[in-house]
Amino acid sequence: MRNFSHRPTGGTVYGTLLNRREALAALGDQVNVAPYKAPPKAPILYIKPRNTWAQSGDAVVVPADAPELQMGATLGVVIGNTACKVSAADALNYVAGYVVMNDISVPHDSFYRPSMRFKCRDGFCPMGAFVSRENVANPDALAVTVAIDGKVVQQTDTAGRVRNIAQLLADVTEFMTLHPGDVLSIGISANSPLAHAGQRVIITIAGVGQLENTLVSEELV
Amino acid sequence: MKRVNMKRARVAYGGAIHDAYEHPAGVKLADGRVVAEEVVVWLPPFEVGTIIALGLNYADHVKELSKELTVTAKDEPLAFLKGPGSLIGHRAQTRRPDGVAFMHYECELAVVIGSTAKNVKRENAMQHVAGYTVANDYAIRDYLENYYRPNLRVKNRDGGTVLGPWLVDAADVADPHALSLRTLVNGVVTQQGNTRDLISDIPALIEYLSGFMTLNPGDVILTGTPDGVVNVNVGDEVVTEIDGIGRLVNTIVDDATFGR
Repeated sequence: MRNFSHRPTGGTVYGTLLNRREALAALGDQVNVAPYKAPPKAPILYIKPRNTWAQSGDAVVVPADAPELQMGATLGVVIGNTACKVSAADALNYVAGYVVMNDISVPHDSFYRPSMRFKCRDGFCPMGAFVSRENVANPDALAVTVAIDGKVVQQTDTAGRVRNIAQLLADVTEFMTLHPGDVLSIGISANSPLAHAGQRVIITIAGVGQLENTLVSEELV
Repeated sequence: MKRVNMKRARVAYGGAIHDAYEHPAGVKLADGRVVAEEVVVWLPPFEVGTIIALGLNYADHVKELSKELTVTAKDEPLAFLKGPGSLIGHRAQTRRPDGVAFMHYECELAVVIGSTAKNVKRENAMQHVAGYTVANDYAIRDYLENYYRPNLRVKNRDGGTVLGPWLVDAADVADPHALSLRTLVNGVVTQQGNTRDLISDIPALIEYLSGFMTLNPGDVILTGTPDGVVNVNVGDEVVTEIDGIGRLVNTIVDDATFGR
């Protein structure tokens, strides 16, 4: 296993949905009726394309048609070695490290076939500095805090997942090889806070780092 | 820059990756060598960026799948994303997992973006197109779930996005909305259509997508597939072809081929 001192680059960023137990539980009996008709079986994934990528310090443009955006604090797992059909027991050996991620969305109620407009806008996936795996003792038990304009609005953690990181990697790489530089989020918690233009959002994940972005109105860009 | 050739491929041969061009005896590498089509490894014909795919963009295919649709109102294109890990080139193999009942191809015109596009109106959209290639966008419907459809386990499998053989320069395609396309399974035509029947045509798709996201050179839009998707089995040769663009060959293989 190589020991990355920096984040491998050039990969694909995959998001995971409804992986937090209470986020899935919040759907209640809806999972059994149309349009879902059954609880999810495989991990629910989507892609944050390269136009969404941003760094800490970058301004996030709030589109005119969506004045409030959901701040999706989550942990991004950065792949270090090509991972195809890995076992849960071995999965973490394929991880290079971690980043703090803000998986920004236009709020939407349906998970059936959401429009790309909700998650794929320019700048909708700020990611913080890379921290190598060796420096994070237990990535499945890290405190996560979201502060907006200096006020803490969400306190959650990386635990309580339907699939922890190792199991998520095992189930995803069963059908889809992950490559060095790919990033896989563990999914957001329930009740992600909303923010609007002019606000400053800081996401902190204990032991990983901080991600700070200011939202700006589209009209001002 | 002088245009050197209307159809360009990328192939691996002799320990390196080359640009390659059509030649009566096979393909001509940029370094002058002419080799048979079968001795090179065909890669997707350009450096692929974001892969955007369209669902239900031919009226007849909508009808074909209507039994499983729970929404029919169509007020915006059904666009979704695929990852580059799913890409393979011409003459490659795609795995059919043991025990699945319905794995199907989808022959699609792939539109390759050539210049950065943001908030582009339809009348200016075509100037952002670099060229075209053929896509075969496989799906395994056994894995369909009703969350973030079409879910990646159906649509983003290793080897499930076949692209090539050629990138055809946009200037050499007189009308991309009048191209016949078809799929042949073991030589039998199973799917036929024409790009004139696209519900959202190419300018509409570029206007729609660039309205909320910046399109960059190398991004590719798979414009959807017409009626006629049928199950394919291990050993089948699947040819997706579009007149004037290319003939893309793929073979279905079993788990054992991939050590499973």
